[in-house]
Amino acid sequence: MIKTIIKKGAYFDSVSLMQVAKKLNAISGVIDSAVVMATRENKGIIRASGLLTPEILKAGDSDLAIAVSAKTPAAANDAFAAAEELLNKRPSQSAGGAERKAAGLADAVRTLDGANLAVISVAGRFAGALAAECLEKDLNVMLFSDNVPLETEIELKKTAIKKGLLMMGPDCGTAIINGAPIAFANSVRRGNIGVVSAAGTGLQEVTTLISNEGAGISQAIGTGGRDVKLEVGAMGLIQALEMLEADPATEVLLIVSKPPHPEVLKKIIAGIKKTKKPVVAVLLGGGIKEKIREGFYPAKTLEEAAYKAVCLGKGWKLLKAKEIIYDMNLKAEELAKREAVKKDRSRCLRGLFSGGTFVSESQVILKGLIGNLRSNAPLDKKWKLKNSLQLSGHAVIDLGEDEFTVGRPHPMIDFSLRNKMIISEAKKPEVSVLLLDVVLGYGSNLKPLEDIVPAITEAFLRNPELSVVASVTGTEADPQVRSKVVKGLETAGVIVMPSNAGACRLAGEIIRLAAKR
Amino acid sequence: MKLFESELKVINIGLESFRQGLSDAGVKSVQAQFKPPLSGEAALFSMAAEYSARIGKANAKALGKILGAKPALTGMGIALDVIPGMKKDLILHAGPPVTWTRMCGPMRGGIMAALMYEGLAKSPEEAEKLAASGKIKYEPCHEHGAVGPMAGIISASMPVFIVKNEAAGNFAYATQNEGLGKVLRYGAYSPEVIERLKWMETALYPTLKAALEFLGKVDLKGIVAQALHMGDEVHNRNRAGTSLFYRAIAPAVIRTARDTETAAKVLEFINGNDHFFLNLSMALSKVSLDAGRGVKDSSLVIVMARNGTDFGVQLSGTGGKWFTGPAPVPDALYFPGYSKADANPDIGDSAITETNGLGGFAIAAAPAIVQFVGGTAADAVSYTLAMYEITAGENNIYKIPYLNFRGTPTGIDVIKVAKSGILPFIDTGVAHKKAGIGQVGAGVLSAPPEPFVKAFEYFARNLK
Repeated sequence: MIKTIIKKGAYFDSVSLMQVAKKLNAISGVIDSAVVMATRENKGIIRASGLLTPEILKAGDSDLAIAVSAKTPAAANDAFAAAEELLNKRPSQSAGGAERKAAGLADAVRTLDGANLAVISVAGRFAGALAAECLEKDLNVMLFSDNVPLETEIELKKTAIKKGLLMMGPDCGTAIINGAPIAFANSVRRGNIGVVSAAGTGLQEVTTLISNEGAGISQAIGTGGRDVKLEVGAMGLIQALEMLEADPATEVLLIVSKPPHPEVLKKIIAGIKKTKKPVVAVLLGGGIKEKIREGFYPAKTLEEAAYKAVCLGKGWKLLKAKEIIYDMNLKAEELAKREAVKKDRSRCLRGLFSGGTFVSESQVILKGLIGNLRSNAPLDKKWKLKNSLQLSGHAVIDLGEDEFTVGRPHPMIDFSLRNKMIISEAKKPEVSVLLLDVVLGYGSNLKPLEDIVPAITEAFLRNPELSVVASVTGTEADPQVRSKVVKGLETAGVIVMPSNAGACRLAGEIIRLAAKR
Repeated sequence: MKLFESELKVINIGLESFRQGLSDAGVKSVQAQFKPPLSGEAALFSMAAEYSARIGKANAKALGKILGAKPALTGMGIALDVIPGMKKDLILHAGPPVTWTRMCGPMRGGIMAALMYEGLAKSPEEAEKLAASGKIKYEPCHEHGAVGPMAGIISASMPVFIVKNEAAGNFAYATQNEGLGKVLRYGAYSPEVIERLKWMETALYPTLKAALEFLGKVDLKGIVAQALHMGDEVHNRNRAGTSLFYRAIAPAVIRTARDTETAAKVLEFINGNDHFFLNLSMALSKVSLDAGRGVKDSSLVIVMARNGTDFGVQLSGTGGKWFTGPAPVPDALYFPGYSKADANPDIGDSAITETNGLGGFAIAAAPAIVQFVGGTAADAVSYTLAMYEITAGENNIYKIPYLNFRGTPTGIDVIKVAKSGILPFIDTGVAHKKAGIGQVGAGVLSAPPEPFVKAFEYFARNLK
């Protein structure tokens, strides 16, 4: 059946009408429809579709004709109602209203006048060329993407240095520039401590510890982990040091890295010698033994480095850093005794980390307390796990390693793999302490408690003698709010320490005391 | 260090969630879209980068000639007399070269109509037989300085506009637009189609020719510049262009027509066909772009054209070589009774307007037809802004009021297309895939990647 409505003197442009017809045709029971101005040309066009009803034939140029061929009268009426609504609909958005995505880099530069930093997180195989274009347009670059060839990294960093631009990364997960957290970073106080880090989680740990202690960050520059390899020669790290040395808002320099290649270490030392501001350096598992110059302060752990920087930044005596740690240890000993009592004999510690730097730091700390640990990211290759999913003895795992992240989000975002491991490790009779990190801030999981607490609850059910020790890297200003997460974990039975180093010491102490019993 | 002392402003490319931390910290940021490059040949991009200074210079030269063109309608003539290389047994068609066997329905239909119009065949059956016999030769309009919308058919006795680039002295040719409905350019060949063509030859053509002789010339560049300010992009909307042309020609038509009735019929015909100006905006584009042809090392696109089977591209720096790939079916709004299943793959030389910075590239100037591009004026603006990513410059004459009179994106650089993955955006009409039916809708499409990949790779490989 075909039904027709004629609206006298209702003008609509033909394109709008075609749009309406397209939608009418999608209504169930509608076979075909025509929504046209009843001009001679249009009558000719709709004749072919069989919709040229006598009413339309009679209608004139300035009349709107709606003809619907439908299976039922109800469907035709639905179509007429829909047509009425569509024709009277007012556009929801004016041209300038909604925020527009830039079509590309040139458009973006034009749209955001004065743009000075590009944050790139596209697939690695495209990221290098894109970063090069950004440098060409005089933009500083934070290259989050990994899988960028080493030669490309070297080329990019050389170009950046020549142009006086900052080139962070590739594989740079975090930075804080002018107080703004970039990618995986925390909302920290601003202050006079400038951080350079070749270790992503290391940067997050020191900046949050500093901020939570009441000091602040001027800039925190990430370099990407490969910066301290022989081929790159710490180009990024040394350039960042120079920039921070020149920055009037920075009064203390803090360097964080995993151990650099020995040749690179020489370059870093030479770089430090050129600076005049106080320098704290933590090269986890390595370190600078020599006395480089006055005002150089080596540190063994992220925590020690952070607190030393706080003391220097606040003009406190350096002894205060030791006091902070000492006080924490006093509390930890009490807790360790309490936990050790639960256990009838010493068993194993399993550290399941989402932050790679923490795996290094845990080995530095725990080696002295309970001996060597196996790991998929060992400081000493001798202790490399053959299979990262089959843990034996004391072991610490970096779940952010490529072997775990191919085809799935980073473990700071997606807890599911670690949750499985929390439960499966807790079930093993040889395990008595689980050591965890929870990293807050932008980029990370926004609902960490909802995701992790069920796994921890189940872990305790499976292993009543279990101790779970964790650190929560974050601040009160982070979107997840550190104190809320700490409280939630404590309610679930987790012992939460202020730093990863503190958590490691406590976990180790529990194992050590349990062994004495 | 400047960065530490300036207000941080971030361009975020990739994970959009990274902007949250920035906005919470009060930092301004913009999300830039990213598409992978069209070509996987990294070495060729390096090659293009190595020669970028020379290519840039060549492109500036070619673009200078394109922007400097002064297209004017200077006269009319019969194809055989005025189009270089035109012959009685030759039919010109839209797009890159194509054989009868590979031709789509509407192009075949157009050719059949042309053969009957020329008196070489008496019936569609006869025409089809002759067309396939090998006695008739087919060549692209573009290889004869001409352009044609949709099937783009030009046969020997058809009248054509002569458009001259008064800056460089080169010419371009296009037929008179037949109007909408059942028309040759959409592949229709019924008696009424031939009849209309005959009227256009015997009444419309001599009247306009005489009027033009009286006027001397009509400046087309000025008309297009004004039409953009009046809501045309002179491809899918030519209402303002047609009106302006009408104003320019009407007094002369009345003064020179053989009788009042003819003058009235001619003016009615132009007035009744909103697309009358399309063929002129195409010839204007063609004559401008041809001026930028043959500049060594220039990566500018000089032709984009479709024959309903293939989409073809030519570059300034690669001579007459065509780079082709299959033509896509446009994303369109259809007339009642038709759907995408009826649509022929994209067809016509009219993408010459986009190549010249008009049409889809100037869609931000044409709010009246934004329904074709998603329904809001903002959508149209986005499309135009995206085209600046792939063009070598901005037009000095064609300007967009909404963008504060920014010049339209002009001079498609095939290197930028290959690198950014952003494909030229084209407005288009849609023909029925069967010969003889005609237009079934109108819409838009992104050019297919293949011709641009081929053109880029060939261009980069031959740099030395």
